[in-house]
Amino acid sequence: MSVRVENLSIAYRTRAGEVRPVDDVSFSVADGEIMGLAGESGCGKSTLGNSLVYLEGRMRHLGGRVELDGAGLPIADGRAMQPHRMTKVSLVPQYAMSALNPTRRIGRLTTDLLRSHGVRDRGVMTEMRRRLELVGLGESVLDRYSFELSGGMRQRVTIIMSTLLNPSLLVADEVTSALDVSSQRAVGEMMIEFRDRGFVRSMIAITHDLSILAQVADTILVMYAGRLAEKASTGTLIEAPLHPYTQLLLASLPEVGVRHDQTTLTGIPGRPPSLLSPPPGCRFAGRCPFAREKCAGQQPPFVQVQPGHHVACWKVSEGWPEAGRA
Amino acid sequence: MRRYLTRKLITYVLAFFVGATIDWGIPHLMPGNPVQLYLSKFQLQPGGYAALYKTMSEAFGTSLPLWDQYWHFWAGLVHGDLGVSIYDFPARVTTLIFDAIPYTLALLVPAIAASYVLGNRLGAAAARRRSLDNTVLPAGYVLQAIPYPWLALALPYLLGEIWHVFPVSGPYDQTLLPALTWTFISSLLYHWFLPFLTVFLVSLGGWAIGMRNLVIYELENDSSRYMRALGARERLVRRYAYRSASLPQLSGLALALGVVIGGNIVTEIAFHYPGLGLLIYNAIEDEDYFLLQGIFIFIVIGVLLANFIIDLVYLSVDPRTRVSMQGAPA
Amino acid sequence: MSEVLSGGTAAGSPAEPTVTQVAGTVLPSAATTTPPLRRRGDLLYYSLRNSKLVFGASLELLFVLAAILGPVISPHGTTEFFLPRQPPSAQHWMGTDYFGHDVFAQLVNGLQLSYLVGALGALCAALVGMALGFAAGYRGGLLDDVLQMITNIMVMIPSLVLLVVIGAYLKTRGVVFEGVFIGLTTWPWVARAVRAQTFTLRSREFVDLARLSGRRASSIVVRDIAPNMASYLFLVVILLFGSAMLLAASYDFLGLGPTNGISLGTMMNQSMLWSALQLKIWWWFVPPGLVLTGMVAALLIANVGLDEVFNPRLREQ
Repeated sequence: MSVRVENLSIAYRTRAGEVRPVDDVSFSVADGEIMGLAGESGCGKSTLGNSLVYLEGRMRHLGGRVELDGAGLPIADGRAMQPHRMTKVSLVPQYAMSALNPTRRIGRLTTDLLRSHGVRDRGVMTEMRRRLELVGLGESVLDRYSFELSGGMRQRVTIIMSTLLNPSLLVADEVTSALDVSSQRAVGEMMIEFRDRGFVRSMIAITHDLSILAQVADTILVMYAGRLAEKASTGTLIEAPLHPYTQLLLASLPEVGVRHDQTTLTGIPGRPPSLLSPPPGCRFAGRCPFAREKCAGQQPPFVQVQPGHHVACWKVSEGWPEAGRA
Repeated sequence: MRRYLTRKLITYVLAFFVGATIDWGIPHLMPGNPVQLYLSKFQLQPGGYAALYKTMSEAFGTSLPLWDQYWHFWAGLVHGDLGVSIYDFPARVTTLIFDAIPYTLALLVPAIAASYVLGNRLGAAAARRRSLDNTVLPAGYVLQAIPYPWLALALPYLLGEIWHVFPVSGPYDQTLLPALTWTFISSLLYHWFLPFLTVFLVSLGGWAIGMRNLVIYELENDSSRYMRALGARERLVRRYAYRSASLPQLSGLALALGVVIGGNIVTEIAFHYPGLGLLIYNAIEDEDYFLLQGIFIFIVIGVLLANFIIDLVYLSVDPRTRVSMQGAPA
Repeated sequence: MSEVLSGGTAAGSPAEPTVTQVAGTVLPSAATTTPPLRRRGDLLYYSLRNSKLVFGASLELLFVLAAILGPVISPHGTTEFFLPRQPPSAQHWMGTDYFGHDVFAQLVNGLQLSYLVGALGALCAALVGMALGFAAGYRGGLLDDVLQMITNIMVMIPSLVLLVVIGAYLKTRGVVFEGVFIGLTTWPWVARAVRAQTFTLRSREFVDLARLSGRRASSIVVRDIAPNMASYLFLVVILLFGSAMLLAASYDFLGLGPTNGISLGTMMNQSMLWSALQLKIWWWFVPPGLVLTGMVAALLIANVGLDEVFNPRLREQ
């Protein structure tokens, strides 16, 4: 087992009160698995992913445990995490376009980072050159400044830099969102290749774009309003999702090649609950077409209903019929 | 590179032109003319007045049509001839200016350098430590808010008149003759210290606050976050933030010159320090317009030169401008 | 140009020499635009809780009250003669100067003059700077290049020296002249700041919409762009106010102050001319400078507080 997260909760304080973008979340990622973390904006996926590497400023670790390769990961303690970052867990941030400091050349930036980890071995830089060639960038990048590179180039350089020390877990936050479709595909393939070559052991790919996950991910974890909704292998989730939210989500996606002359695109009516004072039961209950009384009152547990398939839904775990409400 | 430098050069040339024209233009567009104003101070018989007026007008060229005067002005300028001082006749304006420059530079250059360097260090340190920040920030604002004249009066009062640590006026002890002896040099330094301190202190606040804000901004921006996410030690992050912050601070230096010069002038006057500032003051008092004009041109040239130097330094330090000059591919 | 304005730089995106560097240390951090304030209630709430704003504004209010009420409550006028060189006492709260004038009376009158000059200077600089800044930022192209060139040139001529050259030839100088001319020499950095902000806003969708609906440029600038910069402009004007007062003080100190009144700078000049240092008449020059420092410092601190109120990003919560 590569990564195991148990009952993780993260909160931050606002003027109006405490907000928990991650509320009692448990899941695991196997060795060599690329897990997609999907959900709408504000569901907490970014916070969840980032917290595994770098818990920023206002975020507080409320409870729960994170284990990497069998050992505990001290995500709440910045000092203790420092040696783990880049070496065990790494991050390709959402802001990768502006992540590279413009006052130093890429090569110098990298060696400075390496030195922070006590790595002075020339071999690492040779490896970096190799990887740059691999993704079609060429060594000259090392002598360039970040502003000399295009957006796509910066994205790739950031990915290489983040994975240079072969971390066990890479958290990739919206790495394709700012790119055009062909670049998206290229980056997607790059992620798979990095995993296949062993540059990265496991990966969590955060995105709101399910189509990318269809290409890249082995499994997909769907999040809703700070809680987990469903986790399954990519094929299963897309072909036969069990959670009503996932079903509606997939149904609302336009299909390539299908014209919507006669029908309209269906969305999911309603909005996610406020994370300031979330409802006591299932958070999707308000918008769920299958919701019953029990749903509003009790939070369904995230349980395995089929091998490798977890869902947090009363309808699924108690086997309610498809049609209508009771 | 070419484009950038040409642009800059054009700006400087134009600025010089504009400055010189303003310099020449204002007195000539004012009611009355310099000779008239000068002579009005004396009780003269009409006959004597007319004669003097004629001679002086010819000597100073004020009887010529405006265009000719303008042309003469430029001709003289190119030859480094700024005319003759009306009041201190026949002392040449250039002589007076050159005598005063060393004193002005002796105050300006160390004061700017020291306040810039120290201010930047203080600001960066304050950005890192809250406790330091709580003192530096209000102190900086207060220093910035102090009008130059006040410090230039209060400091010598306290340290000179009350505590008798430093002298309050003059460039050196007037009973001494300039010589390369320790007595003279120490007297020079003694008299130099308070005016230097005045200019230094007021500028210090501004630099410190500016750097503090810049460093705080840099410490929280995306590239710093990324470095921390990749496990960089905070010292490394700080070093990078400092580097990024230094660039805008440098351009700020060019813009702050105008202010510091103003402050320097005020300080020299208060301390009776014989630099350009005191010269300006006397020129105003004596209504010595040619001297005033000359000083103005000189200051304009000085500022342009300083700007140019700072531009060159910026060029060598900023990778962005350097790279765009070498035409690197994106 | 005042010490306030160019002493340093402020937070903002450090690109080429733009807004942030010119405008001095406390330039509002909005090189990224500030969102228009949504609820008045929010604004008031945060304002009252911001210690810097409260402190600065209260202190400034005190000075304003002094300027308004001072001359009224002052027991003596500025031109009456008393025993010269008297230290502060019950009859003369700040003593008398070399000539025997009451220093307190001069001080509160000087306060009025300073505020007047400051306001005029700020207004003038703001009007010119904004007009040029909006024009350059909105239109771009050749107009922008030309205006930038003009601004760059003006910036390089030291304000005080320019003012001296202009003022030295005038026999009578009024407060209005001083204020207006201070404004005319300090507009460059306003223009730069406004231009940079306008550039950012110009590319936003709501401006495109306005343009599509066929509105004239001037109308778009006034109705769409300016309100979105309102908080930023306000902060800029406050800074201008402070710097105008400081510049006026230096200017008056040179003996070029208003010929029809006693300003704070003039007091300091006079005290120097009449050997206040040697005669130990400290009550003549210490109050004007101290008061001026207080006025400007209060403005600066309030400015920082106001910036925090407008920009939630800065608030430490």
